[in-house]
Amino acid sequence: MLNVGAIEEGFVLDHIKAGKAMTIYHDLKLDKLDCCVAIIKNARSAKLGKKDIIKVECPVDTMDLDILGFIDHNITVNVISGGHIVEKKELKLPKKITNVIKCKNPRCITSIEQELDQVFVLTDPVKEVYRCMYCEEKYRGSRNK
Amino acid sequence: MRHLMSPLDLTVEELDQLLDLANDIERNPEKYAHTCDGKRLATLFYEPSTRTRLSFEAAMMNLGGKVLGFSSAASSSAAKGESVSDTIRMVSCYADICAMRHPKEGAPLVASMVSRIPVINAGDGGHQHPTQTLTDLLTIRSLKGRLNNLTIGLCGDLKFGRTVHSLIEALVRYTGIRFILISPEELRVPDYIREDVLRAKNVPFEEVIRLEDALPKLDLLYMTRVQKERFFNEDDYVRMKDFYILDKAKMELAGPDMLVLHPLPRVNEISVEVDNDPRAAYFKQVQYGVYVRMALILTLLEVTV
Repeated sequence: MLNVGAIEEGFVLDHIKAGKAMTIYHDLKLDKLDCCVAIIKNARSAKLGKKDIIKVECPVDTMDLDILGFIDHNITVNVISGGHIVEKKELKLPKKITNVIKCKNPRCITSIEQELDQVFVLTDPVKEVYRCMYCEEKYRGSRNK
Repeated sequence: MRHLMSPLDLTVEELDQLLDLANDIERNPEKYAHTCDGKRLATLFYEPSTRTRLSFEAAMMNLGGKVLGFSSAASSSAAKGESVSDTIRMVSCYADICAMRHPKEGAPLVASMVSRIPVINAGDGGHQHPTQTLTDLLTIRSLKGRLNNLTIGLCGDLKFGRTVHSLIEALVRYTGIRFILISPEELRVPDYIREDVLRAKNVPFEEVIRLEDALPKLDLLYMTRVQKERFFNEDDYVRMKDFYILDKAKMELAGPDMLVLHPLPRVNEISVEVDNDPRAAYFKQVQYGVYVRMALILTLLEVTV
């Protein structure tokens, strides 16, 4: 088995659906960080069969966990300090997300009003439905699932 | 300060108070004739709408207030590229309350986020038209004496008709409501109304194709227009168009107390021979529209009488 060194300070994103690590890497803008980032693809997982893992050597507070919760709230975030897991952050579906996805309804005011934030609100936590705050159109795009 | 974006912004209790006020205005118009002296209503209509704009203007004038505004985007600064946010900031300096109609969905909400005056959504695209729903509710409550224990037929274009969707969402909050949804297959209510509103709240409903089948069971018939362009082919349109035209013969199938409502404009879906039937309530509905808008203006301006 391939070994990737443990990190001393930072965080590990575990239980990423296999094959989705690169998408998350870009969505979280990890490419903009100048710290060490390791991507492990297709690791063996008792829970998922196969999974992806991302290890990042920088403080977790630089991350927008709401975005990660929106992308896939089943991902676990392990906060590492002194080489040990000191906290496991549970992700939740954010109640509101701003400027992450865009409303595709051509009749929505966001299609013409300048500098308007793109805001989506969680309207059905069971069915995981997000709707545009302005026109209430349901978000039908992929959430990386 | 409150705005009105959707009929569901009001709780059932608030709605009752508003409808009570509208009925008091109906009974005692002179009592309210000067309640808005010195106040101004801005009607910001980015697309033409004769009925709604005139109804708002009549409502404010009946209260002693004045009106200003525009009736198309071409005659507003939107034609120069001004944003909704900037327009409402400017209008906040000229008026005490505003009614906004806009072709883009959510525009009145954007206005309300920066406005210093109450904003009333007077229709935003295919999204919401809350004062039409308030008008419908006032008409039903005034003429039937209740908003519960009613069998309501909704007929015509139930897929794209926003007034129908809003009315269903408003009425499911009352007990004993039953719907008969009368439309061609192509124009049935959207899934979210059937699943998330009707089934989720255990509201009994049936979907039928022929108006005749429903008429004997109804306390109320809400008609809408079936537009030719909504059909997939000409044959279906020709075959079905008469199903959704209410005439004297069909009215004979209905009970003696069944009311006929229509958001108007009517084209040919209600034959003019029905207009003199005492059960035809669609022109009374227009009058109730003025009363409910008067009540809404007073409520949002926090004017007490």
